[in-house]
Amino acid sequence: MIGLPAYLVLGAFVFSIGLFGVLTRRNAVGILLGIELMLNAVNINFVAFARFNGDLTGLVFTLFTIAITVAEVAVGLAIVIAIFRVRRTVEADRLDLLRG
Amino acid sequence: MLSPVWLPLFVLGMPFVAFVLLAVVAPLRRAGSPAALVSIGATLLAFAAALAVWRGAFVAETTWAWIPADGGPIATVGLLVDPLSNAMLVLVTLVSLLVQIYSLAYLGDERPASLGRYYTYQSLFAFSMLGLVLAPGFLQMFVFWELVGLCSYLLIGYWYERPAAARAAVKAFWITKLGDIGFIIGIVLLWSATGTFEFTELFDKAQEHALAIKGLPTIMFLIYLGAVGKSAQFPLHVWLPDAMEGPTPVSALIHAATMVTAGVFMVTRTEPLFAMVPEVLTLIAWVGAFTALLAATMACVEDDIKRVLAYSTISQLGYMMAAAGAGAAYAGFLHLLTHGLFKALLFLAAGAVIHAVGTNDIFRMGGLFRAMPQTGVVFLVGTLALAGVPPLAGFFSKEAVLGGVWEAHFTGPFLMLAATALLTAFYMFRVVFIAFFGRAHAGGHPHEAPWLMRGPLWLLAALTVLVGIRLGGAEGHDETPAWLVPLSIGLAFAGFGLAWAMYQRGAIDPARVATVLGPLDYLARRRYGIDALYAGLYRGLILGFSRLIGWIDRYIVDGVLNVLSALTLRGGQALRGIQSGRAQDYVYGVAFGMLLLIVWAQLWR
Repeated sequence: MIGLPAYLVLGAFVFSIGLFGVLTRRNAVGILLGIELMLNAVNINFVAFARFNGDLTGLVFTLFTIAITVAEVAVGLAIVIAIFRVRRTVEADRLDLLRG
Repeated sequence: MLSPVWLPLFVLGMPFVAFVLLAVVAPLRRAGSPAALVSIGATLLAFAAALAVWRGAFVAETTWAWIPADGGPIATVGLLVDPLSNAMLVLVTLVSLLVQIYSLAYLGDERPASLGRYYTYQSLFAFSMLGLVLAPGFLQMFVFWELVGLCSYLLIGYWYERPAAARAAVKAFWITKLGDIGFIIGIVLLWSATGTFEFTELFDKAQEHALAIKGLPTIMFLIYLGAVGKSAQFPLHVWLPDAMEGPTPVSALIHAATMVTAGVFMVTRTEPLFAMVPEVLTLIAWVGAFTALLAATMACVEDDIKRVLAYSTISQLGYMMAAAGAGAAYAGFLHLLTHGLFKALLFLAAGAVIHAVGTNDIFRMGGLFRAMPQTGVVFLVGTLALAGVPPLAGFFSKEAVLGGVWEAHFTGPFLMLAATALLTAFYMFRVVFIAFFGRAHAGGHPHEAPWLMRGPLWLLAALTVLVGIRLGGAEGHDETPAWLVPLSIGLAFAGFGLAWAMYQRGAIDPARVATVLGPLDYLARRRYGIDALYAGLYRGLILGFSRLIGWIDRYIVDGVLNVLSALTLRGGQALRGIQSGRAQDYVYGVAFGMLLLIVWAQLWR
C-alpha cells in the first residue's frame, strides 16, 4: 500500500513542473498549460487527503476546481486569441506594454 | 429738541452715507457729475450741521461698547463733542465742501468714472477725518487715523497711471506708517498700564496724579511718533512735498483740513497727557521749531509753486507742534485753524494758476496779476496771512505761538521760529513777485478760472480776513511781552522787503546770494540729503535684506526641495527597472517570495 507522503510528493513534483513551465515557456499557451498542471497538482493533494482521512469534502472541492479550471482555460485561451489578433504574437516576452 | 449727540453724529454720518452710496451704486459713481453732486450735497448738509454744532457750543460724550469682555468692554466707540472738536468739525467740513466744489471745475476734463472715484474717496476722506476729530478714545482715533492715511494714499495716487504719482502715494503711505507703528505701540502700552483707551478717563487720572506709570515718557514719545509721521515733522517730513503729485485740490485738502492736521490735533487733544511728560514736550518743541526752519529754507530755493506751499505747510506744522511742545497747545490749535483757511486758499489759488498756465514752475509764469487779477488778489491775501501781516488771520495765531514759546522759556526754538517767520515772508513774496508780477513768460493766454473755482477762493479769502479781524478784536495778549507784536510785523516786512529787493527791484542778484550762501543753497536744493539718505537706507537696508532673504529662499529653501525631488527622481529611475511589464517576471517574484516564506517558516518559526 502506497502511503500519503508518496501522493504529496507526486503533487509537489507536478506543481513544480507546472511552475517551471509557467516561468520558462515563452508561448502564452504554454504558460496556460503550466497553470493547468499546477491546478491539477493541488487536485491530487485534495484527493489524497480525502482518501486517507475518509472525508468527502476534498472530493467535492476537487470537482469544483475542475469545473472552474475549465472556465478559466476558456477565458485564458480567449484572451490569448484576442492578444494574437491585435499583436500578431503570443510571445510572453513581447507583451510588455506595462513596462515602467 | 435734539440731543447734543445726534447733530454731531449727523455731521459724521453724511459723508459716510455719501461714500457708501457712491461705493455701492456703481452706475451712480461712473456717471461722474451726479456722483459729485451727491458728495457735495452730503458735505453741504454736514457743514450746515457742523455750523449749528459750533454755534450751539455743544459739549457731550457718548460711548457705545465695542469689544465686550468680562468686567466691561475693552474698548468703546462714540463721540466726544467739545469746543476743540466743534472747531475742527467746521474747518473740516468747510474745506472739504469748498475743495469738492472747486474740484468740479478743476477736474472737469476727467473721465466720468474717474471723477466718481475721486468723489467717493473725498467722501471717505471727510468721514475719516470727522471720525478722528470726534473720537473719544485712542483706539477709535487710531482706526480713523489709519483711514485718513488710506484716503490720502488713494487721493495722492489719484492719477495712478503716472508712475510719479503712484510712487508718491506709496511713499506717503509708508513714511506715515513708520510713525504709526510707534503710535499703536504707545496706545497699547498705555492701555496695558491704565486699562482704558478713553480720553476723559485718562485725563481724570492725569488730574488726580493717578497716572504715575513707569515709562510714561516712553509711551508718550511713541504716541508722539504717530504725530511726527502724520504731521510731517522732521525727519519723517519727506512724503509731503512728493504728495504734490496728487491733484491740487487734494493737496489743499490734505494740507489744510485733513491728514497733516491730524497729528497736531492728536497732540492738542491729548495735551493733558503730554503735560505730564515735560521731557517729551521739550523734544516736541525743538523738533517742531527745527522742522519749521528746515522746511522754510527748502521753500526758499524751490521752483515748483506747489512744492513751495508744501514746504510752507511743513514749516507751519512745525510752528503748531512747537506751540504744543511749549505748553501752548491752544495757540497751536488756533494756528491750525487759521492756517487751514489760508493754506486751502493758497493751494486752490495755485491750482487756478496751474490750471491757467499749465505748469508748476514759477519761473515759467510771470505777469499773472494782469492776466488773472482775481486769483492774484486772493493769492496775495493768502500770502499776507501766511507771512503774518495784521490784521489777517495768520498774524494773530502766529504771534500767539511765538508768545507761547517765549513764555515757556524755549529761547532756542523761539529764535528758530522767528527766523522762520522772516523766511516765510521771503519765500511767499518770492513766489508772488516771480509768478504774479515778474515779466510774463507764460505761453498761451492765461485766463481767469471759472466761477466754480473762483467762488471758493473768494469765500476763503473773505474768511481769512474776517477771522483775522475777529481775532484782532477779541485779542487779549496781555501775557506776551510788548515787543513781540512789533517784532513779528518787523520780521514779516523784512522778508517782504528782501523778496522785493531780490526778485522785483533786482537790487540784489539772487544768484550772488546763492553763491555767498553756497553750502546752504546747495544743501537746501538737495533737501539736505534727507531724501537721498532715505533712498540710500532703503536701497542699502531693505534691498540688502531682500537680497539676503532671496538668496536664502533660492538656495536653502528651494535647495532642500530640489535635493528631495532629485532624490525621488533618482530613486524612481532606479526602481523602474523592476517593472519590466512581463507577467513572467512578476510570477518569478511571487514564486521567489513564496520560497522565502517557506524557508522562513521551516527554519525560524
